Amino acid sequence: MTGLLRVVQRNLIVYRRVWRGSLFSSFLQPTMYLLAMGLGIGALVDRTAAALPGDVAFLDFLAPGLLAAACMQTATFESSWPVLGKIRWDRTYDAILATPLGVGDIVRGELAWVALRLTTVAGAFTIVMALFDVPRSWTTLLAIPAAVLTGVAFSAPVLAFAARRSVVSGSNSFNTMFRFVITPLFLFSGVFFPIERLPALLQAAAWGTPLFHGVALVRGLVLGSFESWIWLVHLGYLLVMLAVGYVAALWMFRRRLHA
Amino acid sequence: MEPTDGPLIRARNLTKRFDAVAAVDGVDFDVWPGEAFGFLGPNGAGKTSTMRMIACASPVTAGELTVIGMDPRTEASAIKARLGVVPQQDNLDVEITVEENLLMYARYFDIPRNVAARRTKELLEFVQLGERRRSEVEPLSGGMKRRLTIARALINEPDVILLDEPTTGLDPQARHAIWDRLYRLKRRGATLLLTTHYMDEAEQLCDRLVIMDKGRIVAEGSPRDLIARYSTREVLELRLHDDVRAGLHGQLDGLAERVQELPDRVQLYVADGERTLEQVRARGVPLVSALVRRATLEDVFLRLTGHTLVD
Ligand SMILES: Nc1ncnc2c1ncn2[C@@H]1O[C@H](COP(=O)(O)OP(=O)(O)OP(=O)(O)O)[C@@H](O)[C@H]1O
Ligand SMILES: [Mg+2]
Repeated sequence: MTGLLRVVQRNLIVYRRVWRGSLFSSFLQPTMYLLAMGLGIGALVDRTAAALPGDVAFLDFLAPGLLAAACMQTATFESSWPVLGKIRWDRTYDAILATPLGVGDIVRGELAWVALRLTTVAGAFTIVMALFDVPRSWTTLLAIPAAVLTGVAFSAPVLAFAARRSVVSGSNSFNTMFRFVITPLFLFSGVFFPIERLPALLQAAAWGTPLFHGVALVRGLVLGSFESWIWLVHLGYLLVMLAVGYVAALWMFRRRLHA
Repeated sequence: MEPTDGPLIRARNLTKRFDAVAAVDGVDFDVWPGEAFGFLGPNGAGKTSTMRMIACASPVTAGELTVIGMDPRTEASAIKARLGVVPQQDNLDVEITVEENLLMYARYFDIPRNVAARRTKELLEFVQLGERRRSEVEPLSGGMKRRLTIARALINEPDVILLDEPTTGLDPQARHAIWDRLYRLKRRGATLLLTTHYMDEAEQLCDRLVIMDKGRIVAEGSPRDLIARYSTREVLELRLHDDVRAGLHGQLDGLAERVQELPDRVQLYVADGERTLEQVRARGVPLVSALVRRATLEDVFLRLTGHTLVD
């Protein structure tokens, strides 16, 4: 446990230099999105007859989805380039491994660090949502850990990906990951429109992807719209993804750093 | 656990394989408390691989290894708590300052904050970086980074300090600054384990060393022992024109204990170089130049492996 805290502490020292800007953008991003898309596009969408599930306004539908997606994006970013840098260029982890800390401390520490970062991102986002009068239920408070879980569930497999031995140009494969995995997920996981709008095949595919479950979970909590056990499926999916990703990251980190 | 009378590090048939490559191919050695022990060898000899196994940074493939009475396989964390590691390539934390590098490292070792602050101050003085304590790491010179890495390795007051090529790539002045710090550590009774491919470094710093080549230990002893055992006291280096060299026909026979032919020169291993040089001249061999020098570990290495240390 203390090993994990040390890794978090190390990242905090670095983060201390940039936290102001980072916190500012944690508020600015959702504000801009909700203004432009929620109010702007929402004004058009809400006038058409096609109703959103639960008859909510477009802004209310969109905001929780964006919250989950923002956590996915921050988490994937934090677990890719900075981690690759610490593995390969700066060899920060090699230095840490010369102390009593082990590979497990590093992996858990980085995940805990991402969770901490996401808590500020999700917290700021939730405050902005409240200012836009989005939340429909006290369970909105649970949407913060749910959004953090969504992000961390992405973080774990991305850590494993960052620690691959074979990559010559790691940043290239990250570009590919963002372009062909993260962006499609962002667009087709029900953030902007209900997946029921998609052809049946793509709908089924969406059920297999993680962001869909994160979005559904966070949205249900913010809008207080869960009426059945379905939230358990979403939660379970994310927990399994985190667990599998964690084991993979441990394995890959060990192979990479303890050869 | 306390190494009261045994060696601090003990290796028997220690082996490290990477797929097909045997980086370390069954080596035996003991490192005793208070000594400066060296691994001298060319590129690819297996020095770093050996160091990394001792530092618990790399799993042992086969053989036995005991570090401070413990097994790296099962007690890595406890071993690492008592080692100081200076890796071949600096891995300072470039995202934080000089001082923060030491303070943060102290946190990894769970050293209380007040103790860490005191040691940080002392160690930065020791490596002559007191004035740079608030500096970023990046703008430091190569020698300064190396000294900072050494300071960082001392933050936990280690029982053994592992230094992998502490001065490779540094200019002479920076090398001497580091040697000076290492002498001081030696005088305080520290146990040093270092690798190098510089024979002058090995001769100056090591009480005892092993010569490694292609994953194996080819000789072991103090620098002086090794020279006495595997070389004559002096070496006469002769440079000849190629055609002269081709037409020598045994003119150098019987003059030396051993003659070593190198691409650019011929080396005669003798007790008295000046006398031999006179004899060579008396035999009428036309020389481009001649040099008499005392034998070094380089000669030992050449004798044992048939190739030179630094290529
Ligand atoms: N991680 C690795 N994977 C595969 N082979 C490796 C690895 N590390 C070292 N080797 C191989 O093991 C052998 C010994 O390497 P090592 O780095 O231990 O030598 P060295 O004596 O430290 O050399 P140098 O003076 O160049 O630092 C080399 O053939 C090297 O290519
Ligand atoms: Mg090496």
